Amino acid sequence: MLSLTCPCCGITAEETEFAPGGEAHLKRFGPGSSDEAFEGYLFARKNPKGVHFERWRHAYGCGKWFLAARCTATLEVFGTYPAQTTQPPAELIAKIKAKRPEWEGWA
Amino acid sequence: MKRYSIFAVAREAMRYHAGWERAWRSPTPKKRYKVIVVGAGGHGLATAYYLGKVHGIRDVAVIEKGWLGGGNTGRNTTIIRSNYLQDPSAAIYEKARALYEGLSQDLNYNVMFSPRGLLMLGQTEHEVRGYKRTVHANRLQGIATEWIGPERVKELVPIINIAGPRYPVLGALYQARGGTARHDAVAWGYARACSAMGMDIIQKCEVTGIRTEGGKVQGVSTTQGEIDCEQLAVVVAGHSSVMAEMAGFRLPIESVALQAWVSEPIKPCMDVVVMANTVHGYMSQSDKGEMVIGGGTDGFNNYTQRGSWHHVEETTRALVETFPIISRLKMLRQWGGIVDMTGDRSPILSKTPVEGIFVNCGWGTGGFKSIPGSGYAMAELMARGHSPLAAEFGLERFREGRFIDESVAAGVAH
Repeated sequence: MLSLTCPCCGITAEETEFAPGGEAHLKRFGPGSSDEAFEGYLFARKNPKGVHFERWRHAYGCGKWFLAARCTATLEVFGTYPAQTTQPPAELIAKIKAKRPEWEGWA
Repeated sequence: MKRYSIFAVAREAMRYHAGWERAWRSPTPKKRYKVIVVGAGGHGLATAYYLGKVHGIRDVAVIEKGWLGGGNTGRNTTIIRSNYLQDPSAAIYEKARALYEGLSQDLNYNVMFSPRGLLMLGQTEHEVRGYKRTVHANRLQGIATEWIGPERVKELVPIINIAGPRYPVLGALYQARGGTARHDAVAWGYARACSAMGMDIIQKCEVTGIRTEGGKVQGVSTTQGEIDCEQLAVVVAGHSSVMAEMAGFRLPIESVALQAWVSEPIKPCMDVVVMANTVHGYMSQSDKGEMVIGGGTDGFNNYTQRGSWHHVEETTRALVETFPIISRLKMLRQWGGIVDMTGDRSPILSKTPVEGIFVNCGWGTGGFKSIPGSGYAMAELMARGHSPLAAEFGLERFREGRFIDESVAAGVAH
């Protein structure tokens, strides 16, 4: 069972207290964009076997959305951070890079 | 290949069973094949089998990074049904179910298809309405299903508690020719038949890269060297996105864990398959006597083939309410598999942006039941460039908004 720390209220809890929300940092394409871009935004996912940035909601706690970096091949949680950002914090990327030298990086 | 028959059993009984052949050869890969199928699970082997049997394409290699049938083919709850709402789904799942009926004879391998009947319980008014609608749709599609009341449910499943306090059984969607089959035997039977047609099944051979040139596939790099091909079928549930990345495109797929578990064996007590989608559990009894139980998927991406503990607890708790006699059963084994989930919960059988590469993926939580139909349609798509069964399941449906929305129709459990 995953153990996550909510960056909004600071509580560390098991995954039953949280609700997963899919891939993070998706760039939104709305009306006026091309069909390909809109399809990509709605459906195409990285779904990597390895480091994954994703959204979670502290559903049975403070109720806030936040983001997490987690390894889908080992279930290791590298860290969580607030959702008010368009990219992961530099120190989290450095931490993952140190643990996973072969990781291609966030893009 | 020597045929299996009662005479073969009698002959071998007279000579200490020394004459049985290996069911399939384990050759070293050739430099080039017409078709390479990646993934020796049920779907991959069925694709190869129907390529050879129906379309006469026998220069085929099926390569597998682990062992044959070691992925989801060996990890499912073996349920077979075709009571889907949407026409394209009903067509391909019914094709599969119909092929299962004669599969043991076709393959000369006993896949133990057991059309014991399948019930999908209606436990809320919503579900009752939904399933009645499915029955009407099935009637138009030519699939034999019926709506039965709670008394008939109790007759078919004496151990069920139809007056549960939270979720009483209000009736069920009944498919009399649904049931189960022996999952390993399906993979083994197809493998034996493919090998007998001269196809190469190469195990412990992982694809590490896909070579393309000018937007056309050239071959694959594997842990056993480079292999060239004209056509490549990617049939690797769970790892479809990983393979797509190697080929340079992206799929509308997320990989999540789905779990199943079995109890200790008990005397025969339930001779149908029961699915309870409101409480998220399904159960059948294996020929060994174990109660085979499946639950829901996790919500987060996962490649570890193990799921979250709380799903086991939730599903078992729900089933105990519906089947009080299982409350003292000990659970024997639990395992997980990685399934491909698409946005509309329907599969993808499609050409891809790379010429010569085809994908068969996205079967989500319901792949086993569709193995023969999926292989049949995929082989037709690859050999003829078009398959009526696969036509609606193309990748372009996501861009064009033509979903085959089974996430609402079928309930979440497959």
